Amino acid sequence: MPSAIAVRQLIKKYDEGASGTLALRGVDLDAHPGEMLLLMGPSGSGKTTLLSIMGCILTATSGSVRVAGREVVGLSEKQLPALRLEHIGFVFQGFNLFPTLTAGENVELMLDLKGVSAAKAKKRAHELLEQVGLSEKYGSFPSDLSGGQKQRVAIARALAGDPGIILADEPTAALDSHTGRNVMEMMTDLAHKRGRAVVIVTHDSRVVDFADRIVRIEDGAIAGNNEGELVPPGPLAQTLPQATMGLV
Amino acid sequence: MPPLAQRNLFHDKVRLAVTLTGIVFSVVLIVVQLGLFLGFTTATSNLIDHSGADLWITSKNVPYVEQGVAFSERKLNQVRAVPGIGDAQKLIARWTQWKRHDGGQDSVQIVGINVDSPMERPWNLVQGSVEDLKSPDAVILDELYKQKLGVTSVGEVFEIGGHRARVVGFTRGIRSFTTSPYVFTTFKNAQNYAGLREDQTMFILVKLAPGANLDQVRGDLLANVRDVEVFKTSEFSRMTTFYWMFTTGAGVAVLIAAVLGLVVGFVVVAQTIYATTVDHIREYGTLKAMGAPNGYVYKVIMKQAAIAAIIGYGLGMIVSVFVVHGSQKGGAAILMPPSMAVGMFFLTLLMCVGAALVSINKVTRIDPAMVFKG
Repeated sequence: MPSAIAVRQLIKKYDEGASGTLALRGVDLDAHPGEMLLLMGPSGSGKTTLLSIMGCILTATSGSVRVAGREVVGLSEKQLPALRLEHIGFVFQGFNLFPTLTAGENVELMLDLKGVSAAKAKKRAHELLEQVGLSEKYGSFPSDLSGGQKQRVAIARALAGDPGIILADEPTAALDSHTGRNVMEMMTDLAHKRGRAVVIVTHDSRVVDFADRIVRIEDGAIAGNNEGELVPPGPLAQTLPQATMGLV
Repeated sequence: MPPLAQRNLFHDKVRLAVTLTGIVFSVVLIVVQLGLFLGFTTATSNLIDHSGADLWITSKNVPYVEQGVAFSERKLNQVRAVPGIGDAQKLIARWTQWKRHDGGQDSVQIVGINVDSPMERPWNLVQGSVEDLKSPDAVILDELYKQKLGVTSVGEVFEIGGHRARVVGFTRGIRSFTTSPYVFTTFKNAQNYAGLREDQTMFILVKLAPGANLDQVRGDLLANVRDVEVFKTSEFSRMTTFYWMFTTGAGVAVLIAAVLGLVVGFVVVAQTIYATTVDHIREYGTLKAMGAPNGYVYKVIMKQAAIAAIIGYGLGMIVSVFVVHGSQKGGAAILMPPSMAVGMFFLTLLMCVGAALVSINKVTRIDPAMVFKG
């Protein structure tokens, strides 16, 4: 199966201090369509840097990054946003919703970026919010939503661009265990039922049971690349059922 | 596009109030400072600009209107003999003393005119008429200076230069740049008030005959009338303005204040708009992460700045109109001609958009990883 994202010999060096900081040291990684991939590791290990480069937000010092088969390294500042817009959806730990826009308008904004007309965007935003169970919250501002609802709006927004890749940074960190589980179920559905490549950076051991594969990163290098056995499932994951919310 | 710019601006009412206050403050500050400068500049040459003359004839080496030197009025005949002259009239403009009822004295600038001539007549009369000056010892002054000169109503009698003067009318808005108000009277009275001899004048005003060439007539006057200077009205106006505004230093202070007003106004607007943009920096980072091209983000920021500019300008102009209106009754006029109001709109827009450009620079350099920080 072709990789949605393929990273080869990736090196990222930050020019801080006299000698600089080597954040990634020759990482090789693939994320496949329909796969739920967790990136785990201690703080400062390079997980977020790797996610940023996979998301075409940060440029690599050297190596190769192919997104949807296209080489990203060397693309211009103008080409990268277009690539993100076409292929990648983001879900953030802090939700990063626009507080001055309603839930529906947050989703519409993504559609506007894609060039969808206002009328169609409104209709599609309604559909997407309905899919995440928030159709009644279309006109609510983020400040009126719970953490879980905000994250579901963020997922709806990420889906609005119809991307093949979903990159999520600690999507459950700000949520209670029950809400976190719901969000993970949704993400799992995105991978398994809709064929998205879902890559999640997390510290949350409760979510490991949702993973098809767990990649552990330490000191900027991959320390383990296994299908779930590296990290034992958390107690929540053992007791809760798998994906229950349907995303079609 | 979802109304991100509008919402960013209007969502936080306190921030909106701060933003608009900053812009309104800047608009009013700039209008007041530029208006004061314009008011002072206009006041320096008021008498010349409203003379209706084409040429001013003075004695030699007169740098500005208040520094006129008396010369023989026989030159009037020489002037009238030059081809191309439509009308030529004597004029006196000289400082003298006004004696109030309480015995105190104030300096005034007496303006002696030919009441039957259309040149240098008092304008904006709110009480009395120019014809009233034909009555004995009649004078007209501006209502702005009533209190200063101790005048309460038409008909009151005072002394000017030791001679009787009776107030027959009032004008509105004829300001003097100096502290000495203009007092209009007949040429004959002015000779007495200013202590001139009967055969002396200080200026001759010339109106060209229809079709006459200004430069040609001016040259002929210089060739045929000895010991005088002949200035175009605009030229004499500029000389007088330049003298008061720059040679005395008074205008430099006003000019510096006007420039400072511009600078302070711009800084306040820049700071305000910058803060408004930076308040939403994380959202712009998210927009970029989502794949928005820089142009899309810039459009949001510029639109936000433009909306703030338009509202701030509108509110600022409302305040400014009140300030300008209020100043008309004071000693220092703040002028705001329509061209200045229009210019101010574009200046406000420029300041806000310029400040937005500065903040865009900040947005351009957003650390991409910021979107991944909780």
